[in-house]
Amino acid sequence: MFNTLNAQGYDVAELYCAPRALEAPSDGPRTRTLQPSVTGTSVLAVCYDGGVLLAADTLGSYGSLARFKSLSRLRPVGDSVVVGGSGDYSDFQHIHGMLDDMVVSDLCRDDGHETTPTMIHSYLARVMYQRRSKQDPLWNSIVVAGRRRGASYLGVVDKLGTSFEERVIATGYGQHLALPLMRKAIDDAGDAPLSRADALKLLEHCMRVLFYRDARSLNKIQIADVSDDGVSVTEPYELATDWQFGENVSHAAEGSW
Amino acid sequence: QRRVRGFAVIAALKRAASKLGEPQQKVFKIDSHMGVGVSGLCADAQSLVKLMRSDCLDHRFVYGEARAVGRLVEKVANKSQVHTQKYGRRPYGVGLLVIGHDELGAHVYETSPDGNYYDYKAQAIGARSQSAKTYLEKHVGEFADADRDALITHALLALRDTVGSKDEEGLTPRNTTIAVVGEGESISVLEGEALVALLDGLEGGTGGRKPGDDDDDVDLDG
Repeated sequence: MFNTLNAQGYDVAELYCAPRALEAPSDGPRTRTLQPSVTGTSVLAVCYDGGVLLAADTLGSYGSLARFKSLSRLRPVGDSVVVGGSGDYSDFQHIHGMLDDMVVSDLCRDDGHETTPTMIHSYLARVMYQRRSKQDPLWNSIVVAGRRRGASYLGVVDKLGTSFEERVIATGYGQHLALPLMRKAIDDAGDAPLSRADALKLLEHCMRVLFYRDARSLNKIQIADVSDDGVSVTEPYELATDWQFGENVSHAAEGSW
Repeated sequence: QRRVRGFAVIAALKRAASKLGEPQQKVFKIDSHMGVGVSGLCADAQSLVKLMRSDCLDHRFVYGEARAVGRLVEKVANKSQVHTQKYGRRPYGVGLLVIGHDELGAHVYETSPDGNYYDYKAQAIGARSQSAKTYLEKHVGEFADADRDALITHALLALRDTVGSKDEEGLTPRNTTIAVVGEGESISVLEGEALVALLDGLEGGTGGRKPGDDDDDVDLDG
């Protein structure tokens, strides 16, 4: 194309066409990816009295194939924050790597300053939005849970860069199936925060519901806890499920459930 | 110029280049939790102040929080060091006294052209800073327990000691600047009108030229 300038001195092609930066060289590797490969499903999180609990299953799906059944989608960042990732697993690994670099950098500086949950959440939001703006997103919803100076922190960032803090968080199918249950639980508790035991019961119940209904989920889950005592992630364990309800379902009409 | 677990204060004396000139600005607000007092080449000071402000804004945007004071000071020091080692560059001709308040409390740091930076309980820089240092060393034990207003008084008294006894005016609202920042208080830079009450209430007067002989003034060497 020849460089045609209009009367105002602007390059006509630049005005009306996509910026040249978006054109990929035809002989090079694909550098903008708009589809995930190995994915994780929902991540749930709820604040309790003294910290934050997160839950996620350990499945990495490859489309409809339940390919990797022992992935850890809840990971600590330093000793006061846990991040949970749904969506593309390799992007989650990349994100966790970036966050870990921040923690390591603090350790090397050794000057008393730490990376706080707010910093992690804000940083991620900026990164995710920037990637989205370049049409090269990190295909994730990342839950950031932390505990600092006696206060809990819980927030989420998605692949568009949307970010917010809330007392209960769910990603993926969890948004539709688990979030109503979680919201009801904290509303019923009123002003009083949930106890850890109640929070755990709530999360396990929701994970069970998700296993029944989310076709890309697994009943092998992990629970992560961030509290004043630090961060801990359980070993994966199996949730018992009961399919007996199927016995009592009326078969009056084809396809009824 | 001094700090305690909660607060840090700077007091600065402004001089005009000539009788016709306005006094040069000595104290700059960097962010709501940080300020600097400069001593040396003003143009170099402006450059570093711009760098620091930019860094603080950028940090707030990305991380949603105030920049840790010590980390920014280290960044300035590292930049200064580069200018002592790379071909074709000259060192920054300015020393900064940085006061700030962050998660770890109140701080006073000093940077210098050589690229070093130092953490202080109290410090004075610039021409005639030695008299101020003498005052600060004498009273350093009191700073930890002093409250905000007592710290400001200490700063003014230390500054007063730098004013020559015979042929200069003392501390006036026109030539003095105070900056204070600390726990629960964003940085405020006080000049002019805001200083009248503080200076009037200063015990022992504002130093400098006095009507009649006065032996109470500190005798400066040179």
